[in-house]
Amino acid sequence: MSKEHDKGMSLIVKVITRLTVGLILLYGIYIVLHGHVSPGGGFAGGVIIALSFVHLFLAYGKDVALKKLPKTAMSFFESMGAILFLSIALLGFTGGYFFLNFISKGEPFRLFSAGIIPLCNIAISLKVGAGLFAIFVVLVLLKFEWEKKE
Amino acid sequence: MIELYVLLIFMIIGAIVAIEMKDLLSSVIAVGAVGLGLSIVLLILKAPDVAITQLVVEILCLIILIRATLKKDLPFSTTGRWLLNSLITAGFIVVFLFVAIKAFKDLPEFGYPIMRVANTYLKEGLVKTGASNLVASVILDFRAYDTLGEATVLFTAVIGVLAIMRRIGRKKKDEVVEEDDE
Amino acid sequence: MIIYLLCLILFCCGLYCILRKRNIIKIILGIIIAEYAVNLFFILVAYRMEGRSPILSSEVEIVNMVDPLPQALVLTAIVIGLATTALLVALAMRIYEKYKTFDITKIKELRG
Repeated sequence: MSKEHDKGMSLIVKVITRLTVGLILLYGIYIVLHGHVSPGGGFAGGVIIALSFVHLFLAYGKDVALKKLPKTAMSFFESMGAILFLSIALLGFTGGYFFLNFISKGEPFRLFSAGIIPLCNIAISLKVGAGLFAIFVVLVLLKFEWEKKE
Repeated sequence: MIELYVLLIFMIIGAIVAIEMKDLLSSVIAVGAVGLGLSIVLLILKAPDVAITQLVVEILCLIILIRATLKKDLPFSTTGRWLLNSLITAGFIVVFLFVAIKAFKDLPEFGYPIMRVANTYLKEGLVKTGASNLVASVILDFRAYDTLGEATVLFTAVIGVLAIMRRIGRKKKDEVVEEDDE
Repeated sequence: MIIYLLCLILFCCGLYCILRKRNIIKIILGIIIAEYAVNLFFILVAYRMEGRSPILSSEVEIVNMVDPLPQALVLTAIVIGLATTALLVALAMRIYEKYKTFDITKIKELRG
């Protein structure tokens, strides 16, 4: 990682960000995957994943952050989340009706239980995370264009 | 239950501070305090899913508000017809409160809900879906259409923000438009 | 009943802010406060005295739990509220770019 002092924030913020941003991303993935056993679920986990990328953006400036998650990847993940959710719902038609829980339910309190619920959580977290990060990037980039013109 | 009342009064004071401040940055921070108080109240009311979601969503909302409107506050002065507007607003709010208090008499008492459908979800949730988090089983199995609608609304909002912030307008002849590539 | 009244007063604070303020950002803050009050009202209706959170565990047998249905509804409502706020802020920034002010009494071009 570069140590330029003209972009982003001061050196202390950059060092702390380098240590903690991976942990925030891992915590978000944990909340998504354990959504059917402990509180959390797809929405909260997706927002935490988006917050980890926002943290990287705010501390290091836009060039480093947009290299980690470029704009094409953002739109790809968001669309893929929506399509995955819909296809899981449509696959319920093999059992009988829309959204049928067709995978075996397993034993409760384990990680691989509860049918389609973990897969739906993953799809929703992709969609929410990529969408909210895209909103943030667009709102900030316009502001940069503004200040350049003034 | 005394902590519930104390936190609600703290939230009301925070909201009044947020409304009356002239500086925009201080108002945004006061709204952040209201949101944090709400998150603690949700924990006291035994709703941990909702508390986690409210906390992280409120942090992202604060970041968007502060980042987007940081340097643009302007001082204002109140012009004429101030008294008439205030009286009409106060009258409207009093009528609204009156009607709402009459409607509250039909609600069940605080702490004893009716729970006709929810009893079925509580008893059969584990057997029918296999999930131990009953709120997750409600949003993703018993009521999955609502989640589909919510994913659609979020998608539409993201497309809307990207469409508003584009720089492609009407191009005049020979004018070079600097395009912010999406 | 006092609890419902306090929640309603929070909603009226947001409503007053939407009606009486002239700065667009203050109006957006009023909408956010009104939204917090409505979500709080849903969860207040769902509370049960001496209930526990609706998550089962393998060691303890739980007998009465709070209502899980309004919690599921509020969970999606919170995220939709964030999307609406982001859309409003994007509109406010575009308005500032064109009119150079946030004052709603000076944005007059649609009047007859």
